[in-house]
Amino acid sequence: MTDLEQLYQALRMIGEDPGLILSGDNAHVVAYGHQIVSRQSIPGVSVTAQTTEQGIEAKIVIAEGRQVEQPIHLCFGLFERFGVQNVVLDLVMEANAQATLWSHCLFSVPDVARHAMQAVIRVGPGAELRYQEAHYHGASGGMEVVPRARVELERGARLFSDFSLVTGLVGKLDVDFDVNVGEDAVAELTSKVFGHGMDRIRLKERLVLAGRNARGLIKSRVAVEDDASAEVIGITEGNAAGARGHVDCTEIIRDRGMVSASPVVKVTHPEAKVTHEAAIGSVDRQQMETLMARGLAPEEAVYRIVGGLLR
Amino acid sequence: MSPRNDMPLLELRHVSLRLDGRQVLRDVELALLPGEIHALLGANGSGKSSLAYLVMGCGGYRPEHGELLFGGKSIAELPIHERARLGISLAWQEPARFEGLTVAEYLSLGSPKRNAAECLDRVGLPSGEYLARMVDKALSGGERKRIELAALLALGPKLAILDEPTAGVDMLSLGEIIAVVESLRETGSAVLLITHQEELAAHADRASQLCGGRIVFGGPPEEVVAHYKARLCRRCDGETCHD
Repeated sequence: MTDLEQLYQALRMIGEDPGLILSGDNAHVVAYGHQIVSRQSIPGVSVTAQTTEQGIEAKIVIAEGRQVEQPIHLCFGLFERFGVQNVVLDLVMEANAQATLWSHCLFSVPDVARHAMQAVIRVGPGAELRYQEAHYHGASGGMEVVPRARVELERGARLFSDFSLVTGLVGKLDVDFDVNVGEDAVAELTSKVFGHGMDRIRLKERLVLAGRNARGLIKSRVAVEDDASAEVIGITEGNAAGARGHVDCTEIIRDRGMVSASPVVKVTHPEAKVTHEAAIGSVDRQQMETLMARGLAPEEAVYRIVGGLLR
Repeated sequence: MSPRNDMPLLELRHVSLRLDGRQVLRDVELALLPGEIHALLGANGSGKSSLAYLVMGCGGYRPEHGELLFGGKSIAELPIHERARLGISLAWQEPARFEGLTVAEYLSLGSPKRNAAECLDRVGLPSGEYLARMVDKALSGGERKRIELAALLALGPKLAILDEPTAGVDMLSLGEIIAVVESLRETGSAVLLITHQEELAAHADRASQLCGGRIVFGGPPEEVVAHYKARLCRRCDGETCHD
Protein backbone atom coordinates (compact mmCIF):
# COMPACT_ATOMS: atom_id res chain seq x y z
CA MET A 1 0.00 0.00 0.00
CA THR A 2 1.38 3.44 -0.87
CA ASP A 3 1.71 6.19 1.72
CA LEU A 4 -1.15 8.04 0.06
CA GLU A 5 -3.38 4.98 0.25
CA GLN A 6 -2.43 4.57 3.92
CA LEU A 7 -3.32 8.19 4.53
CA TYR A 8 -6.69 7.70 2.89
CA GLN A 9 -7.29 4.54 4.90
CA ALA A 10 -6.32 6.27 8.15
CA LEU A 11 -8.70 9.12 7.42
CA ARG A 12 -11.53 6.69 6.68
CA MET A 13 -10.80 4.89 9.96
CA ILE A 14 -11.41 8.08 11.91
CA GLY A 15 -14.63 8.73 10.04
CA GLU A 16 -13.34 11.33 7.60
CA ASP A 17 -13.92 11.25 3.88
CA PRO A 18 -10.57 11.85 2.15
CA GLY A 19 -12.37 12.70 -1.06
CA LEU A 20 -14.24 15.45 0.69
CA ILE A 21 -11.17 16.82 2.46
CA LEU A 22 -9.18 16.87 -0.77
CA SER A 23 -11.99 18.30 -2.84
CA GLY A 24 -11.56 21.72 -4.39
CA ASP A 25 -14.16 23.18 -2.03
CA ASN A 26 -12.09 22.77 1.13
CA ALA A 27 -8.97 24.60 2.16
CA HIS A 28 -6.42 22.08 3.39
CA VAL A 29 -2.86 20.95 3.85
CA VAL A 30 -2.23 17.22 3.71
CA ALA A 31 1.21 15.79 4.40
CA TYR A 32 2.90 12.61 5.42
CA GLY A 33 6.36 12.89 6.78
CA HIS A 34 7.83 15.95 5.14
CA GLN A 35 6.06 15.35 1.87
CA ILE A 36 3.15 17.58 1.03
CA VAL A 37 0.46 15.56 -0.68
CA SER A 38 -2.01 18.32 -1.27
CA ARG A 39 -2.68 21.92 -0.41
CA GLN A 40 -5.67 23.93 -1.40
CA SER A 41 -6.69 27.56 -1.14
CA ILE A 42 -10.25 28.69 -1.55
CA PRO A 43 -11.64 32.19 -1.93
CA GLY A 44 -10.84 34.06 1.25
CA VAL A 45 -8.47 31.38 2.56
CA SER A 46 -4.92 31.45 1.33
CA VAL A 47 -2.91 28.29 1.96
CA THR A 48 0.77 27.99 1.19
CA ALA A 49 2.92 25.06 2.20
CA GLN A 50 6.39 23.91 1.32
CA THR A 51 8.99 21.42 2.36
CA THR A 52 12.17 22.89 3.78
CA GLU A 53 15.31 21.37 5.21
CA GLN A 54 13.69 21.46 8.65
CA GLY A 55 10.33 20.04 7.67
CA ILE A 56 7.07 21.54 6.53
CA GLU A 57 6.26 25.21 6.61
CA ALA A 58 2.67 26.19 6.11
CA LYS A 59 0.92 29.53 6.18
CA ILE A 60 -2.82 30.01 6.25
CA VAL A 61 -4.42 33.43 6.00
CA ILE A 62 -8.15 33.90 6.37
CA ALA A 63 -9.24 37.17 4.87
CA GLU A 64 -10.93 39.96 6.74
CA GLY A 65 -14.61 39.39 7.35
CA ARG A 66 -14.56 35.96 5.67
CA GLN A 67 -16.82 33.38 7.27
CA VAL A 68 -15.49 30.03 6.15
CA GLU A 69 -18.34 27.55 6.09
CA GLN A 70 -16.44 24.29 5.66
CA PRO A 71 -13.71 23.32 8.14
CA ILE A 72 -10.15 23.91 7.04
CA HIS A 73 -8.32 20.59 7.29
CA LEU A 74 -4.75 19.91 8.33
CA CYS A 75 -3.85 16.25 7.95
CA PHE A 76 -0.48 15.11 9.16
CA GLY A 77 0.67 11.53 9.23
CA LEU A 78 3.59 9.14 9.33
CA PHE A 79 3.24 5.75 7.74
CA GLU A 80 6.63 4.18 8.31
CA ARG A 81 7.99 2.42 11.39
CA PHE A 82 10.46 5.23 12.09
CA GLY A 83 10.23 8.87 11.24
CA VAL A 84 10.23 12.54 12.06
CA GLN A 85 7.74 15.19 11.16
CA ASN A 86 8.40 18.85 11.93
CA VAL A 87 5.69 21.33 11.12
CA VAL A 88 5.89 25.11 11.34
CA LEU A 89 2.48 26.72 11.03
CA ASP A 90 1.70 30.40 10.70
CA LEU A 91 -2.03 31.04 10.95
CA VAL A 92 -3.49 34.50 10.52
CA MET A 93 -7.14 35.31 10.94
CA GLU A 94 -7.83 38.81 9.84
CA ALA A 95 -10.42 41.03 11.48
CA ASN A 96 -13.91 39.57 11.88
CA ALA A 97 -13.06 36.34 10.06
CA GLN A 98 -14.62 33.09 11.28
CA ALA A 99 -13.28 29.62 10.68
CA THR A 100 -13.05 26.11 12.06
CA LEU A 101 -9.76 24.31 11.70
CA TRP A 102 -9.50 20.56 12.14
CA SER A 103 -6.06 19.11 12.59
CA HIS A 104 -5.92 15.33 12.13
CA CYS A 105 -2.67 13.80 13.36
CA LEU A 106 -2.45 10.22 12.16
CA PHE A 107 0.33 8.23 13.80
CA SER A 108 -1.02 4.73 14.18
CA VAL A 109 1.77 3.07 12.17
CA PRO A 110 5.16 4.22 13.55
CA ASP A 111 7.07 2.25 16.17
CA VAL A 112 9.36 5.14 17.00
CA ALA A 113 8.70 8.61 15.64
CA ARG A 114 8.54 12.27 16.52
CA HIS A 115 5.97 14.85 15.52
CA ALA A 116 6.70 18.44 16.42
CA MET A 117 4.52 21.44 15.70
CA GLN A 118 5.51 25.06 16.11
CA ALA A 119 2.46 27.22 15.58
CA VAL A 120 2.11 30.96 15.65
CA ILE A 121 -1.50 32.02 15.53
CA ARG A 122 -2.89 35.51 15.34
CA VAL A 123 -6.62 36.00 15.65
CA GLY A 124 -7.49 39.51 14.58
CA PRO A 125 -10.06 41.90 16.06
CA GLY A 126 -13.51 40.34 16.26
CA ALA A 127 -12.37 37.14 14.57
CA GLU A 128 -13.31 33.67 15.81
CA LEU A 129 -11.27 30.48 15.49
CA ARG A 130 -12.48 27.03 16.48
CA TYR A 131 -9.48 24.74 16.49
CA GLN A 132 -9.67 20.99 17.01
CA GLU A 133 -6.54 18.88 17.09
CA ALA A 134 -7.08 15.14 17.36
CA HIS A 135 -4.29 12.58 17.52
CA TYR A 136 -4.68 8.94 16.58
CA HIS A 137 -1.86 6.71 17.76
CA GLY A 138 -1.14 3.01 17.56
CA ALA A 139 -0.07 0.50 20.16
CA SER A 140 3.69 1.00 19.96
CA GLY A 141 4.06 3.67 22.62
CA GLY A 142 7.04 5.00 20.68
CA MET A 143 5.55 8.28 19.49
CA GLU A 144 6.84 11.58 20.74
CA VAL A 145 4.50 14.50 20.17
CA VAL A 146 5.63 18.03 20.85
CA PRO A 147 3.05 20.68 20.00
CA ARG A 148 3.92 24.31 20.68
CA ALA A 149 1.66 27.26 20.04
CA ARG A 150 1.94 30.97 20.62
CA VAL A 151 -1.40 32.63 20.16
CA GLU A 152 -2.36 36.28 20.09
CA LEU A 153 -6.01 37.20 20.46
CA GLU A 154 -6.72 40.77 19.55
CA ARG A 155 -9.61 42.91 20.69
CA GLY A 156 -12.88 40.97 20.76
CA ALA A 157 -11.31 37.84 19.22
CA ARG A 158 -12.47 34.38 20.23
CA LEU A 159 -10.57 31.12 20.35
CA PHE A 160 -12.05 27.72 21.21
CA SER A 161 -9.36 25.09 21.15
CA ASP A 162 -9.84 21.37 21.71
CA PHE A 163 -6.86 19.02 21.87
CA SER A 164 -7.42 15.29 22.20
CA LEU A 165 -5.20 12.22 22.31
CA VAL A 166 -7.37 9.39 23.51
CA THR A 167 -6.79 6.74 20.85
CA GLY A 168 -3.84 4.36 21.17
CA LEU A 169 -0.76 4.75 23.33
CA VAL A 170 0.32 8.34 23.79
CA GLY A 171 4.06 7.63 24.00
CA LYS A 172 5.54 10.92 25.09
CA LEU A 173 3.46 14.08 24.87
CA ASP A 174 4.74 17.54 25.69
CA VAL A 175 2.20 20.27 25.02
CA ASP A 176 3.04 23.93 25.52
CA PHE A 177 0.38 26.47 24.57
CA ASP A 178 0.68 30.13 25.38
CA VAL A 179 -2.22 32.47 24.67
CA ASN A 180 -2.31 36.22 25.10
CA VAL A 181 -5.90 37.39 25.42
CA GLY A 182 -6.63 40.97 24.48
CA GLU A 183 -9.44 43.35 25.38
CA ASP A 184 -12.89 41.74 25.33
CA ALA A 185 -11.34 38.61 23.84
CA VAL A 186 -12.21 35.05 24.90
CA ALA A 187 -10.05 31.94 25.00
CA GLU A 188 -11.14 28.44 25.95
CA LEU A 189 -8.54 25.69 25.89
CA THR A 190 -9.69 22.13 26.41
CA SER A 191 -7.33 19.15 26.52
CA LYS A 192 -8.26 15.50 26.79
CA VAL A 193 -5.63 12.79 27.06
CA PHE A 194 -5.76 9.13 28.01
CA GLY A 195 -2.45 7.57 29.03
CA HIS A 196 -1.72 3.87 29.28
CA GLY A 197 1.33 1.63 29.52
CA MET A 198 4.43 3.73 30.10
CA ASP A 199 3.03 6.92 28.55
CA ARG A 200 4.46 10.22 29.72
CA ILE A 201 2.23 13.25 29.42
CA ARG A 202 2.98 16.89 30.05
CA LEU A 203 0.36 19.54 29.40
CA LYS A 204 1.31 23.13 29.96
CA GLU A 205 -1.19 25.76 28.98
CA ARG A 206 -0.93 29.42 29.83
CA LEU A 207 -3.50 32.14 29.40
CA VAL A 208 -2.50 35.74 29.90
CA LEU A 209 -5.62 37.84 30.30
CA ALA A 210 -3.94 41.01 29.20
CA GLY A 211 -6.80 43.15 27.98
CA ARG A 212 -9.72 44.76 29.77
CA ASN A 213 -12.59 42.25 30.20
CA ALA A 214 -10.54 39.43 28.71
CA ARG A 215 -11.92 36.01 29.59
CA GLY A 216 -10.31 32.62 29.63
CA LEU A 217 -10.85 29.00 30.59
CA ILE A 218 -8.36 26.18 30.76
CA LYS A 219 -10.04 22.82 31.05
CA SER A 220 -8.03 19.62 31.25
CA ARG A 221 -9.32 16.09 31.42
CA VAL A 222 -6.63 13.45 31.79
CA ALA A 223 -6.92 9.79 32.67
CA VAL A 224 -3.94 7.50 33.23
CA GLU A 225 -3.72 3.81 33.89
CA ASP A 226 -1.03 1.09 34.04
CA ASP A 227 2.27 2.90 34.67
CA ALA A 228 1.44 6.08 32.80
CA SER A 229 2.10 9.48 34.29
CA ALA A 230 0.94 13.00 33.63
CA GLU A 231 1.90 16.48 34.67
CA VAL A 232 -0.78 19.09 34.07
CA ILE A 233 0.03 22.75 34.43
CA GLY A 234 -2.68 25.31 33.79
CA ILE A 235 -1.57 28.90 34.26
CA THR A 236 -3.92 31.85 34.11
CA GLU A 237 -2.85 35.41 34.71
CA GLY A 238 -5.35 38.20 35.22
CA ASN A 239 -3.61 41.44 34.36
CA ALA A 240 -6.40 43.85 33.48
CA ALA A 241 -9.64 45.27 34.85
CA GLY A 242 -12.60 42.95 34.40
CA ALA A 243 -10.44 40.01 33.38
CA ARG A 244 -12.03 36.70 34.35
CA GLY A 245 -10.30 33.36 34.22
CA HIS A 246 -10.83 29.83 35.43
CA VAL A 247 -8.69 26.71 35.49
CA ASP A 248 -10.54 23.41 35.71
CA CYS A 249 -8.49 20.22 35.98
CA THR A 250 -10.05 16.81 36.48
CA GLU A 251 -7.73 13.84 36.41
CA ILE A 252 -8.42 10.15 36.96
CA ILE A 253 -5.80 7.61 37.89
CA ARG A 254 -5.95 3.83 37.91
CA ASP A 255 -3.48 1.05 38.58
CA ARG A 256 -0.01 2.52 39.18
CA GLY A 257 -0.69 5.70 37.24
CA MET A 258 0.49 9.03 38.57
CA VAL A 259 -0.76 12.56 37.94
CA SER A 260 0.19 15.93 39.22
CA ALA A 261 -2.00 18.94 38.50
CA SER A 262 -0.87 22.47 39.11
CA PRO A 263 -3.49 25.10 38.48
CA VAL A 264 -1.53 28.32 38.76
CA VAL A 265 -3.40 31.59 39.10
CA LYS A 266 -1.74 34.97 39.17
CA VAL A 267 -3.56 38.29 39.37
CA THR A 268 -1.86 41.64 38.99
CA HIS A 269 -4.91 43.88 38.72
CA PRO A 270 -7.34 44.47 41.61
CA GLU A 271 -10.36 44.20 39.32
CA ALA A 272 -9.33 40.90 37.77
CA LYS A 273 -10.47 37.57 39.10
CA VAL A 274 -9.12 34.11 38.42
CA THR A 275 -10.40 30.92 40.02
CA HIS A 276 -9.33 27.32 39.85
CA GLU A 277 -10.45 23.83 40.72
CA ALA A 278 -8.53 20.60 40.50
CA ALA A 279 -9.61 17.09 41.29
CA ILE A 280 -7.37 14.06 41.03
CA GLY A 281 -8.35 10.64 42.15
CA SER A 282 -9.48 7.23 41.20
CA VAL A 283 -12.80 6.78 39.46
CA ASP A 284 -15.53 8.32 41.61
CA ARG A 285 -17.17 5.66 43.77
CA GLN A 286 -20.69 6.97 43.54
CA GLN A 287 -20.44 7.26 39.77
CA MET A 288 -19.24 3.65 39.67
CA GLU A 289 -22.00 2.44 41.94
CA THR A 290 -24.64 4.38 40.03
CA LEU A 291 -23.68 2.70 36.76
CA MET A 292 -23.29 -0.70 38.41
CA ALA A 293 -26.78 -0.30 39.86
CA ARG A 294 -27.91 -0.22 36.22
CA GLY A 295 -26.23 -3.57 35.67
CA LEU A 296 -22.88 -2.46 34.23
CA ALA A 297 -19.90 -4.57 35.27
CA PRO A 298 -17.11 -2.62 36.99
CA GLU A 299 -14.92 -2.48 33.86
CA GLU A 300 -17.84 -1.28 31.74
CA ALA A 301 -18.61 1.38 34.32
CA VAL A 302 -15.00 2.62 34.32
CA TYR A 303 -15.04 2.68 30.52
CA ARG A 304 -18.19 4.80 30.54
CA ILE A 305 -16.91 7.25 33.14
CA VAL A 306 -13.46 7.72 31.64
CA GLY A 307 -14.86 7.73 28.11
CA GLY A 308 -17.33 10.44 29.06
CA LEU A 309 -14.69 12.55 30.73
CA LEU A 310 -12.52 12.41 27.61
CA ARG A 311 -15.34 12.82 25.14
CA MET B 1 -37.84 -20.41 39.34
CA SER B 2 -39.79 -17.20 39.87
CA PRO B 3 -40.96 -16.47 43.39
CA ARG B 4 -44.57 -17.02 44.37
CA ASN B 5 -46.60 -13.89 45.04
CA ASP B 6 -46.84 -14.62 48.75
CA MET B 7 -43.13 -15.21 49.00
CA PRO B 8 -41.14 -12.08 49.82
CA LEU B 9 -39.19 -10.58 46.96
CA LEU B 10 -36.83 -8.94 49.42
CA GLU B 11 -36.27 -10.15 52.92
CA LEU B 12 -33.97 -8.90 55.65
CA ARG B 13 -33.70 -11.33 58.56
CA HIS B 14 -32.13 -10.00 61.74
CA VAL B 15 -29.75 -7.82 59.75
CA SER B 16 -27.18 -5.71 61.54
CA LEU B 17 -24.77 -3.31 59.94
CA ARG B 18 -21.75 -1.65 61.46
CA LEU B 19 -19.89 1.18 59.71
CA ASP B 20 -16.63 2.61 61.00
CA GLY B 21 -17.27 1.06 64.40
CA ARG B 22 -20.78 2.54 64.65
CA GLN B 23 -23.84 0.33 64.81
CA VAL B 24 -26.03 1.62 61.99
CA LEU B 25 -28.65 -1.12 61.67
CA ARG B 26 -29.74 -3.42 64.48
CA ASP B 27 -31.57 -6.67 64.02
CA VAL B 28 -33.65 -5.37 61.13
CA GLU B 29 -36.52 -7.54 59.93
CA LEU B 30 -38.20 -6.38 56.76
CA ALA B 31 -40.00 -8.14 53.92
CA LEU B 32 -41.35 -6.79 50.64
CA LEU B 33 -43.72 -8.79 48.45
CA PRO B 34 -43.46 -8.63 44.66
CA GLY B 35 -45.18 -5.49 43.41
CA GLU B 36 -45.56 -4.08 46.91
CA ILE B 37 -44.84 -0.46 47.71
CA HIS B 38 -43.26 -0.22 51.12
CA ALA B 39 -42.53 3.15 52.69
CA LEU B 40 -39.65 3.44 55.11
CA LEU B 41 -39.88 6.40 57.44
CA GLY B 42 -37.41 7.64 59.97
CA ALA B 43 -35.55 10.67 61.18
CA ASN B 44 -32.25 11.82 59.74
CA GLY B 45 -29.55 9.39 60.78
CA SER B 46 -31.98 6.61 61.61
CA GLY B 47 -30.35 4.31 59.03
CA LYS B 48 -32.77 4.57 56.08
CA SER B 49 -30.20 5.34 53.39
CA SER B 50 -27.79 2.83 54.91
CA LEU B 51 -30.48 0.19 54.56
CA ALA B 52 -30.91 1.20 50.90
CA TYR B 53 -27.18 0.95 50.24
CA LEU B 54 -27.02 -2.39 52.03
CA VAL B 55 -29.76 -3.84 49.84
CA MET B 56 -28.10 -2.42 46.71
CA GLY B 57 -24.69 -3.72 47.80
CA CYS B 58 -22.76 -0.47 47.87
CA GLY B 59 -19.14 -0.52 49.00
CA GLY B 60 -18.72 -1.28 52.69
CA TYR B 61 -22.40 -2.00 53.28
CA ARG B 62 -22.29 -5.70 54.11
CA PRO B 63 -24.44 -7.21 56.89
CA GLU B 64 -22.55 -7.86 60.08
CA HIS B 65 -25.19 -10.39 61.06
CA GLY B 66 -28.37 -11.74 59.55
CA GLU B 67 -29.57 -12.71 56.12
CA LEU B 68 -30.32 -10.65 53.05
CA LEU B 69 -32.51 -12.54 50.60
CA PHE B 70 -33.85 -11.63 47.18
CA GLY B 71 -36.24 -14.06 45.55
CA GLY B 72 -35.44 -16.45 48.39
CA LYS B 73 -31.70 -16.49 47.68
CA SER B 74 -28.93 -14.82 49.61
CA ILE B 75 -27.49 -11.79 47.86
CA ALA B 76 -25.25 -10.66 50.70
CA GLU B 77 -22.07 -11.56 48.85
CA LEU B 78 -23.11 -10.33 45.42
CA PRO B 79 -21.60 -7.13 43.99
CA ILE B 80 -23.88 -4.30 42.91
CA HIS B 81 -24.04 -5.12 39.23
CA GLU B 82 -25.04 -8.72 39.90
CA ARG B 83 -27.80 -7.54 42.21
CA ALA B 84 -28.86 -5.10 39.48
CA ARG B 85 -29.00 -7.95 36.99
CA LEU B 86 -31.26 -9.83 39.38
CA GLY B 87 -33.60 -6.84 39.25
CA ILE B 88 -32.62 -4.43 42.03
CA SER B 89 -31.94 -0.80 41.29
CA LEU B 90 -31.59 2.40 43.25
CA ALA B 91 -32.46 6.05 42.65
CA TRP B 92 -30.00 8.00 44.77
CA GLN B 93 -30.89 10.80 47.10
CA GLU B 94 -28.10 12.89 45.62
CA PRO B 95 -27.42 11.36 42.23
CA ALA B 96 -23.96 11.46 40.67
CA ARG B 97 -23.13 13.70 37.72
CA PHE B 98 -21.37 12.46 34.61
CA GLU B 99 -19.39 14.47 32.12
CA GLY B 100 -19.82 13.35 28.53
CA LEU B 101 -22.89 11.19 29.14
CA THR B 102 -26.16 12.35 27.65
CA VAL B 103 -29.51 11.88 29.31
CA ALA B 104 -30.51 9.59 26.42
CA GLU B 105 -27.43 7.44 27.02
CA TYR B 106 -27.99 7.42 30.77
CA LEU B 107 -31.54 6.23 30.34
CA SER B 108 -30.42 3.48 27.97
CA LEU B 109 -27.96 1.92 30.44
CA GLY B 110 -28.67 -1.62 31.54
CA SER B 111 -31.55 -3.27 29.75
CA PRO B 112 -34.32 -0.67 29.77
CA LYS B 113 -37.84 -1.86 29.22
CA ARG B 114 -39.33 1.52 28.47
CA ASN B 115 -38.68 4.29 26.02
CA ALA B 116 -36.40 7.03 27.37
CA ALA B 117 -38.46 9.89 25.95
CA GLU B 118 -41.66 8.56 27.46
CA CYS B 119 -40.02 8.20 30.87
CA LEU B 120 -38.63 11.73 30.79
CA ASP B 121 -42.01 13.16 29.88
CA ARG B 122 -43.47 11.16 32.75
CA VAL B 123 -41.24 12.91 35.30
CA GLY B 124 -42.05 16.32 33.89
CA LEU B 125 -38.95 16.87 31.77
CA PRO B 126 -39.76 17.51 28.09
CA SER B 127 -37.84 14.81 26.22
CA GLY B 128 -37.18 17.05 23.22
CA GLU B 129 -35.29 19.40 25.47
CA TYR B 130 -33.53 16.97 27.76
CA LEU B 131 -32.51 13.85 25.83
CA ALA B 132 -29.44 15.49 24.30
CA ARG B 133 -28.33 17.25 27.47
CA MET B 134 -25.45 15.97 29.57
CA VAL B 135 -26.00 14.43 32.99
CA ASP B 136 -23.49 16.87 34.39
CA LYS B 137 -23.16 19.85 36.68
CA ALA B 138 -25.22 22.05 34.39
CA LEU B 139 -28.39 20.30 35.56
CA SER B 140 -30.11 21.60 38.67
CA GLY B 141 -30.49 19.26 41.63
CA GLY B 142 -34.18 18.86 40.90
CA GLU B 143 -33.61 18.08 37.22
CA ARG B 144 -30.97 15.52 38.10
CA LYS B 145 -33.30 13.80 40.57
CA ARG B 146 -36.09 13.62 38.01
CA ILE B 147 -33.67 12.07 35.53
CA GLU B 148 -32.77 9.50 38.18
CA LEU B 149 -36.42 8.61 38.57
CA ALA B 150 -36.85 8.47 34.79
CA ALA B 151 -33.89 6.06 34.61
CA LEU B 152 -35.57 3.76 37.10
CA LEU B 153 -38.84 3.97 35.20
CA ALA B 154 -37.03 3.04 32.01
CA LEU B 155 -35.28 0.14 33.69
CA GLY B 156 -38.44 -1.24 35.30
CA PRO B 157 -36.60 -3.30 37.95
CA LYS B 158 -38.24 -5.95 40.11
CA LEU B 159 -37.27 -3.85 43.12
CA ALA B 160 -36.87 -0.09 42.85
CA ILE B 161 -35.30 1.63 45.84
CA LEU B 162 -36.17 5.32 45.93
CA ASP B 163 -34.01 7.17 48.43
CA GLU B 164 -35.75 10.41 49.42
CA PRO B 165 -37.17 11.08 45.94
CA THR B 166 -38.75 14.37 47.03
CA ALA B 167 -35.67 15.83 48.74
CA GLY B 168 -34.42 18.84 46.81
CA VAL B 169 -37.37 18.77 44.42
CA ASP B 170 -39.95 21.57 44.45
CA MET B 171 -43.28 20.93 46.15
CA LEU B 172 -45.14 21.16 42.86
CA SER B 173 -43.31 18.03 41.73
CA LEU B 174 -44.80 15.83 44.41
CA GLY B 175 -47.65 14.81 42.12
CA GLU B 176 -45.19 13.76 39.43
CA ILE B 177 -43.18 11.71 41.89
CA ILE B 178 -46.35 10.01 43.12
CA ALA B 179 -47.14 9.29 39.47
CA VAL B 180 -43.71 7.67 39.08
CA VAL B 181 -44.34 5.45 42.09
CA GLU B 182 -47.74 4.48 40.72
CA SER B 183 -46.21 3.85 37.32
CA LEU B 184 -43.65 1.51 38.87
CA ARG B 185 -46.50 -0.27 40.61
CA GLU B 186 -48.41 -0.63 37.33
CA THR B 187 -45.41 -2.25 35.68
CA GLY B 188 -45.02 -4.73 38.52
CA SER B 189 -42.03 -3.27 40.33
CA ALA B 190 -41.85 -3.48 44.08
CA VAL B 191 -40.78 -0.17 45.58
CA LEU B 192 -38.85 0.49 48.76
CA LEU B 193 -39.76 4.11 49.27
CA ILE B 194 -37.55 6.01 51.66
CA THR B 195 -39.21 9.27 52.51
CA HIS B 196 -40.17 11.88 55.05
CA GLN B 197 -43.11 12.96 52.96
CA GLU B 198 -46.42 11.93 54.45
CA GLU B 199 -48.33 12.40 51.18
CA LEU B 200 -45.90 10.15 49.39
CA ALA B 201 -45.89 7.49 52.11
CA ALA B 202 -49.68 7.40 51.90
CA HIS B 203 -49.34 5.72 48.47
CA ALA B 204 -47.53 2.75 49.96
CA ASP B 205 -49.20 -0.58 50.66
CA ARG B 206 -47.33 -0.92 53.94
CA ALA B 207 -44.83 1.10 55.87
CA SER B 208 -42.16 0.72 58.53
CA GLN B 209 -40.50 3.17 60.82
CA LEU B 210 -36.79 2.99 61.40
CA CYS B 211 -35.35 4.51 64.53
CA GLY B 212 -31.83 4.22 65.85
CA GLY B 213 -31.17 1.52 63.26
CA ARG B 214 -34.15 -0.63 64.32
CA ILE B 215 -37.51 -1.19 62.71
CA VAL B 216 -39.69 0.02 65.57
CA PHE B 217 -43.10 0.04 63.99
CA GLY B 218 -44.78 -1.44 60.94
CA GLY B 219 -48.22 -1.58 59.41
CA PRO B 220 -50.56 0.40 57.19
CA PRO B 221 -48.90 3.66 56.10
CA GLU B 222 -51.40 5.91 57.83
CA GLU B 223 -50.70 4.22 61.17
CA VAL B 224 -46.94 4.37 60.69
CA VAL B 225 -47.12 8.02 59.65
CA ALA B 226 -49.24 8.79 62.71
CA HIS B 227 -46.81 6.89 64.90
CA TYR B 228 -43.88 8.71 63.37
CA LYS B 229 -45.49 12.13 63.70
CA ALA B 230 -46.64 11.51 67.29
CA ARG B 231 -43.23 10.24 68.40
CA LEU B 232 -44.79 7.16 69.87
CA CYS B 233 -41.71 5.01 69.75
CA ARG B 234 -40.74 3.36 73.00
CA ARG B 235 -38.14 0.95 71.71
CA CYS B 236 -35.12 3.16 71.40
CA ASP B 237 -33.37 2.48 74.65
CA GLY B 238 -35.09 5.48 76.18
CA GLU B 239 -33.99 7.88 73.46
CA THR B 240 -36.40 9.96 71.45
CA CYS B 241 -37.28 8.43 68.11
CA HIS B 242 -36.73 11.61 66.20
CA ASP B 243 -36.43 15.30 66.85
